Parts: sequence; C-alpha cells; structure tokens
Amino acid sequence: MADLSIDFAGIKSPNPFWLASAPPTNTGYQVQRAFEAGWGGAVWKTLGEPVINTSSRFAAVHFGGQRVAGFNNIELITDRPLEVNLKEIYETKKRFPNNTIIASLMVEPKQEKWHEIVKRVEAVGVDGLELNFGCPHGMAERGMGAASGQQPDLVQAQTTWVKEVATTPVIVKLTPNITDITVVARHAVKGGADAISLINTINSLAGVDIHSWNTIPNVGGQGAHGGYCGPAVKPIALSMVAECARDRAVDVPISGIGGISTWQDVVEFMLMGSTGIQVCTAVMHHGFRIVEEMIDGLNNYLDEKGLASVMELIGKSVPKYSNWGDLDLNYKVVARINEDNCINCNKCHIACEDASHQCIDMLTNAEGKAILQVREEDCVGCNLCSIVCPADGAIDMVALDSGAAPMTWNQRNQVISGLNGSYSEVEVG
Amino acid sequence: MEQASPLTFTPDMFMRNFAEAEPGLTRKGAIEESNRCLYCYDAPCIKACPTSINIPSFIKRIATDNLKGSAQTIMDSNPVGASCARVCPTEELCEGACVLNDASAPIQIGLLQRYATDWAISSGVQLFKAGVPNGKKAAVIGGGPAGLSAARELARAGFQVVIYEAKQLAGGLDTHGIVSFRLPQSISLWEVEQVEKLGVEIRTGMKVGVDISVEELKAGYDAIVLAAGMGYVPPLGIEGEKLSGVYDAIELVETTKTGIPTLELMGRRVAVIGAGNTAIDAATCSVRLGAANVKMVYRRTRTEMTAYDFEYEFAKQEGVEFSWLTLPKRIVGDELGNVAGLECVQMKLTGETGPDGRLAPMPVEGSEFILPVDAVVVAIGQKRRIDLIEALGLEHHRGVVKIDGATGRTSDPQIYAAGDIVFGSGAGEAMVVSAAQQGKDAAYAIVKQMSGHQDSVVGSAV
Repeated sequence: MADLSIDFAGIKSPNPFWLASAPPTNTGYQVQRAFEAGWGGAVWKTLGEPVINTSSRFAAVHFGGQRVAGFNNIELITDRPLEVNLKEIYETKKRFPNNTIIASLMVEPKQEKWHEIVKRVEAVGVDGLELNFGCPHGMAERGMGAASGQQPDLVQAQTTWVKEVATTPVIVKLTPNITDITVVARHAVKGGADAISLINTINSLAGVDIHSWNTIPNVGGQGAHGGYCGPAVKPIALSMVAECARDRAVDVPISGIGGISTWQDVVEFMLMGSTGIQVCTAVMHHGFRIVEEMIDGLNNYLDEKGLASVMELIGKSVPKYSNWGDLDLNYKVVARINEDNCINCNKCHIACEDASHQCIDMLTNAEGKAILQVREEDCVGCNLCSIVCPADGAIDMVALDSGAAPMTWNQRNQVISGLNGSYSEVEVG
Repeated sequence: MEQASPLTFTPDMFMRNFAEAEPGLTRKGAIEESNRCLYCYDAPCIKACPTSINIPSFIKRIATDNLKGSAQTIMDSNPVGASCARVCPTEELCEGACVLNDASAPIQIGLLQRYATDWAISSGVQLFKAGVPNGKKAAVIGGGPAGLSAARELARAGFQVVIYEAKQLAGGLDTHGIVSFRLPQSISLWEVEQVEKLGVEIRTGMKVGVDISVEELKAGYDAIVLAAGMGYVPPLGIEGEKLSGVYDAIELVETTKTGIPTLELMGRRVAVIGAGNTAIDAATCSVRLGAANVKMVYRRTRTEMTAYDFEYEFAKQEGVEFSWLTLPKRIVGDELGNVAGLECVQMKLTGETGPDGRLAPMPVEGSEFILPVDAVVVAIGQKRRIDLIEALGLEHHRGVVKIDGATGRTSDPQIYAAGDIVFGSGAGEAMVVSAAQQGKDAAYAIVKQMSGHQDSVVGSAV
C-alpha cells in the first residue's frame, strides 16, 4: 500500500481527499461523519457574518439519463452563528486530531475584520485558513466573494491583512469567473498566500422549465444566477489548475477543485500540479462513503504504477502542458478502424462526413460484409471518430512518421523572421 | 397463473390468466433504455424491420420526452405498430440486428415501441389525417394487418376507402387469432379505430361473393386490395376428427378473445397437433384455460419446428410438454363420442432432406401407442381462400394468389393482393409486420398507377 499522506503547504493530512467548503461541511456532525468515512480533511463551510438563505437552492443538469452531470447552487455561506461553528470546529479537531480542518473565511474587505476573524478561528485549533474570494452569488452583491476575487489588488491586499496575523498556512480560493486566473493567483502569492485553491463555482443558470417558464432553480417564481460545479466543470477546473501550475510566478501548492468524482479525477488533478484536492458535488450526490472507493482506487493505482507515495504524482504532467505555438506541426496521427472490434453503428462515418473531413467510407468487403474504412491520406487526425465510437478498441489513432523534423509554430516563425531578418511574430497562445 | 385445482373456470381466472403477461416499461425504464440506444447511422435495425420503422429516431424521441413524435414515427411506417410491438419476433428482426448484441445487450426495441404506442393509445391523440380527396375509390377485402395498412395509406393519399370485413370486428388475426395474454384485443381495435378516423369505412359482417358480388365490387371501385388472409385449420385427414373434444386451434384462440370461452378444458389432458406459432398459442391458451396437462405432438424435432424460439421458451415456461417425432394416426373416441386418446406412431429422421430443406421423418414400424388425452387441438396450418380467389377470377397456385412481387398486382390489373393470401409455403410463418408492409406496398402501387407519377404516398401528420 502506498503512502497516501500529503504535506500541503506545511499542513500534514492523512490523504489528499478533502471536502470543499460547502453544504457537506456545514456542521461538526457532518464533518465528523466525513472523517469517520475516510476523508483526510475538510474545509469548513465559509464562516462570516451569518446570512439568510433562500428556500430552493440547488439544481442539477442531467444528461442522457445520467443524473447530476452538473450542479448549481444559490446557497450562501454559513447561516449559523460564528460561536456555534467555532465550538464545533474545536470539538471536531479534538476528536480527530490527525484530520485536517481548514476554516474558510469571508468578511468585508477591511483589515480589522480579517484580523478579528483570523484570530478567532485560529484560537480553536484549525490547521489552516482558506480565503473565499470565489463565491459568485449573493455574497458578491455585498462586495465579498467573487466581487473581491475579481479584483487582483483587493485579493493581494486582503491576503496581506490575513498574513499579518495568521499563524497557520493561508490558502486563497480563486474564482473562475475571470478572464485569466493566473493574474489573480499571482496577486494572491504577492500578498503572501501559502497556497491557492481552485476553482470556485462558475456563474450559471441551471435551466429553464419549459412548461412553467420558470428558471431552475427558482425562489417563488424568481431566479438568479448560481454557481456551477460537478463533473461537467472538470475540464475547466483542470485547465485553470494547469495554467497556475505552470506559471513560475505562482510558486505555491495548489488544492485542486472542480468536478472531482472518482480516484481517476484525483490522479489527473495531481498530475496537473495539485498537491491535494477538494470534493463537494460527488458527496452531495452519493454521500461521504464515496471516499472509500476513491481511496481504494488510488491505492491500487499507485501500487500498480510502483509509486510509494501519492506525492510522487504531483505535477508530473505539467511539463507536457504548454501553448498551441509549442505544438509540433509535423506530428501526424490518423484513424484506423479495427474490423474485428467494429460493431458497424456507422457513427464514425456520419460524424466524419458531416462534421469533419469526409474520409471514412462505408464499404462492402470481398466476403460481402459491411466495413468502415479510413482514407488515411484525407484523415487530419482530429480524433472525432474515435470519440463518437462506442465500441472498445474499434478505432485507434495511430501516429505516422511524417518524415519531417518536429517544427512548432513558434519555431517556424523564428525561422521565417531569421530569413526575413526583420520582425518576428509574437507567440501564439 | 392459476392452475387446475378448482373444477370450474371462473371469470376471475379468465381475467387473470388472459391479462397481458409481459409488463410494459416504466417511464424510468423507457428513459434508461432509450438513452442506451447508440442512434446508429444507416441503422441495421431499420433494415431488419419489414416496414422500415426509423427505430433510432423513435427511440431518441422517447429519450427526449416526445412521445407523440415517437408514436408517429412508429405508426407512420407501420399502421399496426402497436400490435407488432407485442407480436413481432424482434430477436429475429430489429433486436437481432442491433449492433449492441455482441457488445453488451441489444436495445429492447419491442418494449420501447410498446411504450410509445401505449402512450398514443392512452392519450387518445390522433396521429395522422386523411389526404386531400382525389376522387378515387378503393375497396379493401379483409380488415387484418395487410388490409388496414393498405386502407390507411390509400386514405392518406386521398382515396375514399371501404373495407369489407367478413367478421364482426376488423383487425384480422391481431383481433381474433393471437392470445390475449400476448396481444390484448383492445390494442388491435385501437389500430382499427386509427384507420377509421381517416374516413375509412369498415363494413363488417360482409363476405365478398356472398353479401356483395364481385361484379358490384369491381364496378364500384377504381382499385381493389385483396387482403382476406387465410381460413381456419384444414382437416388432418385421420380418423376421429369429428369427435367431441377436437378443436381447431384458431377457433380455440378466437373464443378466448371476446369473453369467457364456453369450451371446457378445465382439468383436461390436451394434445396439440402442430409446432408453429399458432400451435404454441393454442397450447399456452389451453394451459391458461385450466388444462391439467398440455402436450404438443409433432412429427419432427425441435430443430424443424417453425415456432419462434421465444414462443417455444414461453410454452416451456407455461408448463407445456413436447412429444417430438410423434405422428398422430387416429383420434380414439369413447362410447359417448368424446375424445379418449390419441393414437400415435414414433418417428425417426431419415437423414434425407425433403423438398422444403428439412430432414424427412419416417415412422418406426410397430411403435404405435395411445396417448391418453381428453381433448385434441389441431394446429397444422390454415386453409387457403380458394373460393374467394376464384370468384375474383385471379390466378393462383394452390390458393396462393399470384402477384407481381414489387407492386402486389394480381392477374387482374384492378386488383392487388397483400398479406397471408399471397404468403406461400416456405420456412417460418407469415408475420404481421410483413403483411403490414405488403399492404403499404399495394397502396403505393395503386397510388402510382392512379396518379401516373412516381411518388409514393406522402403522409401528413396532424
């Protein structure tokens, strides 16, 4: 069995599985149940001035018969008094000294407010702080959450204020509702953040009821944008994690968040630079027990790969992630169909015909059997056929030797500018 | 199912034993199953359907909560699509062609088709409307699957259509000849009603050549579709056929379709002679009528029987026994003229192939024995309608009307034929779904002939 424990910015945790600050971490009862189930840590539901929440708060996007492909919420931070939360944090930490408890915090962007709350939560024994600069709804209208998270200076200033008094590591949680997340990440680091966590939820409207014409969800017939999360947001989260991970100016550990539902997701986030991860939607959908499957799957994976510690995964794929301008233009793959595994649904044919480069022919072979065949000279290697193919092993994307040396767009431009001796085009991102 | 301990067959038992056996899909089941469909391009299931229902399309419509559109897609291609959802040998047709057969499990197309058509039945929505009247008149002889399909397509093309139906209810074998626990009569009658809603007049209790003359018919209509199907079971040609307790399989099933049958099989031992789908229906029907023991007697083996595999499996589950390689020689009667036994002879396969490609059976000398039974059900095929065919003056071969394969046109250019009446002897049995397609084809050929252009009928949805 591999060692699943992590050291996240100095915070020791028995495993990388943390619960994100969200409804599952609302109370001591819940967090203790989570720790019993196997979660290594929990980021307590955001503390601040208690709010009044609306009734009807969540909605989900179901796709193709699969429930909760995406999840949307308009719930705000804790609606319980700070004293109650602090008491329960203290009790939980006492009962589970080896598990990690992070306090998520959100107050008005004022130095004294931050100083006050940091001192109060550190007094009950939290292992770290997470500054919630990401919540996109409700709190943002009050100048907090994403509203401050979308202003890099404010992120930096507030992080600085927190660091002035904090004795535990400070994690800054970033909002994805911004053009370039690395800008805010850099400001967090400039403010002294010990780590960053991302992503918070994405602005969303889960749907419109086509019969009542109400929004989904709605509060008495009226709706407002919420925060989107769940499996559907994973690619967005992963790309933002990757951008931060490869940014040299963002040289702090990353806690990856966004649609993580399985151990495979965890591996991906860690390979792409996360030191730990946080989960919410999968627990909302299945309960705390889902961590058992994640722990077991991760363990078996690490054993199979011969890795002694989960920490060995961190960042291994980051060097493989760069800019479009650094991709080899001479690399060529083509689709190849294996007749033995093909089930003749013809989905590759119609996808290529209508949406790509018309290079998959429906033919009949010498034995009179219907076959699908790729005209490799016309195949651009787009992957579409292999994406729509429902049969295992029916389509392989095969690398061909183009005979030409690797040449990226950026190298090509350098060569051209060298020839012209004049100006060079800028890197294309 | 209730078994044979009480002595009388009660209305309660009838209601229970003859209610539809297989439950339909729940909404959740239908959504899950429809989402599993790959939505193949140029899908093999469509090609395997004799009526070419656009199966991926109707399934996608179920998945996207468009049941009206789904039912329309089904019924557009197959006017008896609700019946076919229940009686089609789907594992030999659409489901057998599903690309998921080897990959995982084929889509349950029959059940999905039933789900969509059940919705149409319960919603009462009208799916199609008649075409703009073209001033032409067509008569259809026989209101079974082929006749209904021809009539509907002609009505959609603007013809004024009259169906002449010999029985009191239209629908043919779907209404009268398939056991209720597989196909409730209400399903078939709904399909009849859909055709009537397009303005098709159905004159029931009308036998052509008896209640209306052939001359009258030919003079009154621009085109005639002959879709009179087949008759009851022909005689076996053995001793004892007139004994009390000998039943015609089709009549037997028919008596269970409209109410509690008067015949008494409660606690009886029944021999069913034959091994086709009707024989299976008669056997399972007998079980559900309370028979103590039901044996199917067949002179060949399991391999040669024409009943579909799923029918055979169903019969076995119902407790039907099979006497293979057993040839009935004589029905033995008692002094009161009731069936007392069935004398049979053991057969063996000679290893020689008969003209139909199946191994020929031969009697084993001295192997005669008497099967003690109280009733014998004969299910050895159906009589051809030679009298009617000859009254219409059509060329035929042993009661099979000769037609042009592509158009269904008979030797009389005014008359087209479809369904069982053109079904020749060969492997398998005539399917409802094939009859429906033949009816459509005949209608399209008539439309083409009358309008003088190439287009087939263009149906319009409501």
